[in-house]
Amino acid sequence: MTMVDDRPAARPSEPALHRALGLTDDELVAITERLGRRPNDLELAMFSVMWSEHCSYKSSKPLLRTLPTRGAGVVAGPGENAGVVSIGDGLAVAFKIESHNHPSAVEPYQGAATGVGGILRDIFTMGARPVAVLDALRFGDPADPRTRHLVDGVVRGVGGYGNCVGVPTVGGELVFDASYAGNPLVNVMAIGLVEERLLTRAAAPGPGNLVVLFGSTTGRDGIGGASVLASATFGEDEAGSSKRPSVQVGDPFAEKLLIEASLELIARGLVEGLQDLGAAGITCATSETADRAGTGIAIDLDAIPRREPAMEPFEVMISESQERMLAVVRPERYAEVADVCARWGLPCAVIGRVTGDGDITVSSDGREMARIPARALTSDAIVHDRIAAPPARRRQAPAPGAPIETRDQLPERGMDPGAVLVALVGSPNLASRRAVFEQYDSTVQANTVVRPGRGAAIIRVDGGGAGRPARSPARALVASTDANAAVGAIDPWLGAALSVAEATRNVSITGARPLGVTNCLNFGDPTRPEAFWQLGEAVRGLGDACRALGVPVTGGNVSLYNESPAGRILPTPEIGVVGLLDDVSLAVGPAFRRAGDQVVLVGHATPGLAGSEYAALAGLAPEDGPPSIDLELEARLQAFLREVIGRGLVASAQDVSAGGLGVALAECALWSGLGAELRLAIASSPAVDLFGESPSRVVLSVAPEHLDGLLEAAAGATAPAAATAPAAAGPIGGLPVEVLGTVGGDRLTIELAGAGATGAAEGRGSRVADSVDVAVEDLRHAWDEGLPRALGWDDQSLGGDRPLMGEVRP
Amino acid sequence: MTRIGVVVFPGSNRDRDTLRAIELAGGEPVALWHEQATLEGSAAIVVPGGFAYGDYLRAGVIARFSPVMRSVAAFAARGGLVFGICNGFQVIAEAGLVPGALLRNRGLRFLGRDVRIAIERSDTPFTGLTGPRRPLRIPIAHGEGCYFADDATLASLERDGRVLFRYVHADGTAARDTGDPDNPNGSLHAIAGVMNTGGNVAGLMPHPECAIEAVTGTDDGLAIIRSLVESARAAERVAA
Repeated sequence: MTMVDDRPAARPSEPALHRALGLTDDELVAITERLGRRPNDLELAMFSVMWSEHCSYKSSKPLLRTLPTRGAGVVAGPGENAGVVSIGDGLAVAFKIESHNHPSAVEPYQGAATGVGGILRDIFTMGARPVAVLDALRFGDPADPRTRHLVDGVVRGVGGYGNCVGVPTVGGELVFDASYAGNPLVNVMAIGLVEERLLTRAAAPGPGNLVVLFGSTTGRDGIGGASVLASATFGEDEAGSSKRPSVQVGDPFAEKLLIEASLELIARGLVEGLQDLGAAGITCATSETADRAGTGIAIDLDAIPRREPAMEPFEVMISESQERMLAVVRPERYAEVADVCARWGLPCAVIGRVTGDGDITVSSDGREMARIPARALTSDAIVHDRIAAPPARRRQAPAPGAPIETRDQLPERGMDPGAVLVALVGSPNLASRRAVFEQYDSTVQANTVVRPGRGAAIIRVDGGGAGRPARSPARALVASTDANAAVGAIDPWLGAALSVAEATRNVSITGARPLGVTNCLNFGDPTRPEAFWQLGEAVRGLGDACRALGVPVTGGNVSLYNESPAGRILPTPEIGVVGLLDDVSLAVGPAFRRAGDQVVLVGHATPGLAGSEYAALAGLAPEDGPPSIDLELEARLQAFLREVIGRGLVASAQDVSAGGLGVALAECALWSGLGAELRLAIASSPAVDLFGESPSRVVLSVAPEHLDGLLEAAAGATAPAAATAPAAAGPIGGLPVEVLGTVGGDRLTIELAGAGATGAAEGRGSRVADSVDVAVEDLRHAWDEGLPRALGWDDQSLGGDRPLMGEVRP
Repeated sequence: MTRIGVVVFPGSNRDRDTLRAIELAGGEPVALWHEQATLEGSAAIVVPGGFAYGDYLRAGVIARFSPVMRSVAAFAARGGLVFGICNGFQVIAEAGLVPGALLRNRGLRFLGRDVRIAIERSDTPFTGLTGPRRPLRIPIAHGEGCYFADDATLASLERDGRVLFRYVHADGTAARDTGDPDNPNGSLHAIAGVMNTGGNVAGLMPHPECAIEAVTGTDDGLAIIRSLVESARAAERVAA
């Protein structure tokens, strides 16, 4: 092999340079060990991006190894660009969620836009056509002008990119909490469909094969995006402008061409391997594909098409210019590849060759400027053994069956449960998200069965067209993203477990079977022991919940250093779940369907209001605990839901989550325009039973003739074999069921009955109304106006038309 | 089977939806790449939605100069049926095949949701099978859908009955031009779609091709696509 040249470009780097690039002294030592010599400046720059937290997972890798990744039909798991699960019939679904938090904090429009572009590339790189996007967004106080600026920019960025590339935006979240003020979260999930025979690996096999770069040219944008920006805590003013040059700039039109060209190349069998260029650009794409295939790649720097003159070698190698793809091509096929790219108007160039020596080499006019073993940049990157320490003082969830504390009562300020309910329904985190979702194209591709804003999104699979025949019954994908950060801040294990439970429940409640979990772990600085403890606990909770529910973790992304001078974010384990409906016509929605149907509550409330929207609204002292979860009971409930919905016993099914049972019932009513007359036995206290957010509860409405069948099924419910019971309590079979009353009328009335109803508060000398009695139209109005009011959006065109927005259902 | 051509520009994103809708409506869809001049014997042409050439400069302004659009213009001049949907409407308006222009939505935001439109005439090639007049529920997805034309043009459009589609309230009455959510983009005269003087070229902002099956929320758009396919079939018989 040629020795590393000793002329200027290859002189060992200056002592301080590695720190400027975000590498620590011990990391420089580890690099020197792997090379057997000091790296030169170019090599150091390549290491600095590849060994960034963002690319190397150097802090989280040991934790992530503990997650359950095997499961029925899993074709590709963590380590690939996206998780892939077979859905039968030669078809598979590819999906992944990824963060773009720091770029969005610096430049909200481009940060969010390129977040969408990046995750879409992860999907079609594998040969899958993207069919849906979901966005989980978290911001600070909606009244804060900076938050409003960020929300507006991020929403326009998501729309500006997603609407152009022709992939429907079908769901996601929008959550406000002061902790995100200086560091918003932009987590984007993409879903694609791929014929299994076309599934393509991001590997560079076959020494002698050509390495082809196609798509946009390479410029100076996004230099150090992975290292300087994504893998460090914001300092003073940095969320302002000083890091703007590190944010990439997106071109959705180029992305659309890239999608079509890539899928054509794959369908015609013209590529041996395909990898998108994202974080760390050419350095990452070449080293990862080579490492996966056990090969090396010799890069000819001069052959890389540039966007601007006089770029430094390191700039070319680490640039994060968007909309670029790396293909590995057999020499005899290159002419056809070039034709396809030309047809789509995309620049295309041979920038190197696959070699057998396992090294990534960079040469310019015959001079070798860098030589690094591919694995040293990727699979053999440094792994840190971080210190984890829990906070000195911790709050615990009450054990199942624990007695109710007086703090769980309705406080005097909310003595009228009806008034509390209307306030919750109109609060920024619970009100209608329509003003945001309507800025997205949710109907392109003509397969969207359930649009954003009604629980899980449903996307039909077998509509036919595009060369695929229609299939009957048509299957559908069901997708949801959820994260319980408020509880996670108190108990990270519980927060993650609750997030998995809610996301899978939102899928199961349509009648679908969850196929897999993808996750985006948004946490703080891992060198801070408490932050690393939070990450470890969350990963443990994620694994426990996925094992208990029998759902594999197929991929994900870790975003650390989410801290700014404004504060640290709530540790946020964002969970994305994709499920499969065997017959879309059997899907069940959350809104009431018919007057006269019986309303049934499955599951019972357990104590603990901490982390609830009610606690936030009522300003409860934070001394109480969050609600606990029994994962075996959750598994039993979800299996029961799939069974009774599959048997056609259920007219509507609604998850009880944020805002508790009260808000769940209000949504069933205001989404259908149908009221209900209900009676709720208060087992613990009005606050806990009406507004507590304890998990494993659903509201079903059933036709009277199906009630007995439903009650029988509930009595006999058991968890699938997959479920284990770390915290199993109560009977092993059966589910608690309470018939609350009847659908009908134009008011939602809930009579509070039982010993726990009002006694305690009266004991404190205050009068508490013992019923909820609200007009459905008042709930609808509060729900409709809440978000635009919170954000100060008075745009007429966002007002929408209520009747038209009624349930979209088969 | 009657062949209907669907123009495919770089950046078209509802071309596949349109091809599929035509198939479901009983036609034989054929994709027409923007660089080709031949229309491959199509009896009607649909210019679909999307962001042709990225909509740089202005929606549709570049697309009109493509080889396929020159052929489409000539086809229209010979009386051929041409239907532009959303971005396709912007393209044929820029090409002067239908009067008026599509400006940015008055709210200055992209809007994607269902709207109600009324079919103002059911005796045209594009609306023949839409049945008795009733508001249709069809999704929009655009940022530049505000229909604009000078007063004289608007007057002649109304006088000649060339306003084919209008945004309406639930009761079927026309939405107001401003401050009315039922007119989502603030189009003048609440115009959602118009026809040329020859009655053979029409444009529509909402997406009938994405409203052809009840499972996706509404199938009110199918009648419009079927009208086009049947009219193309009739035109073929005349030619034969």
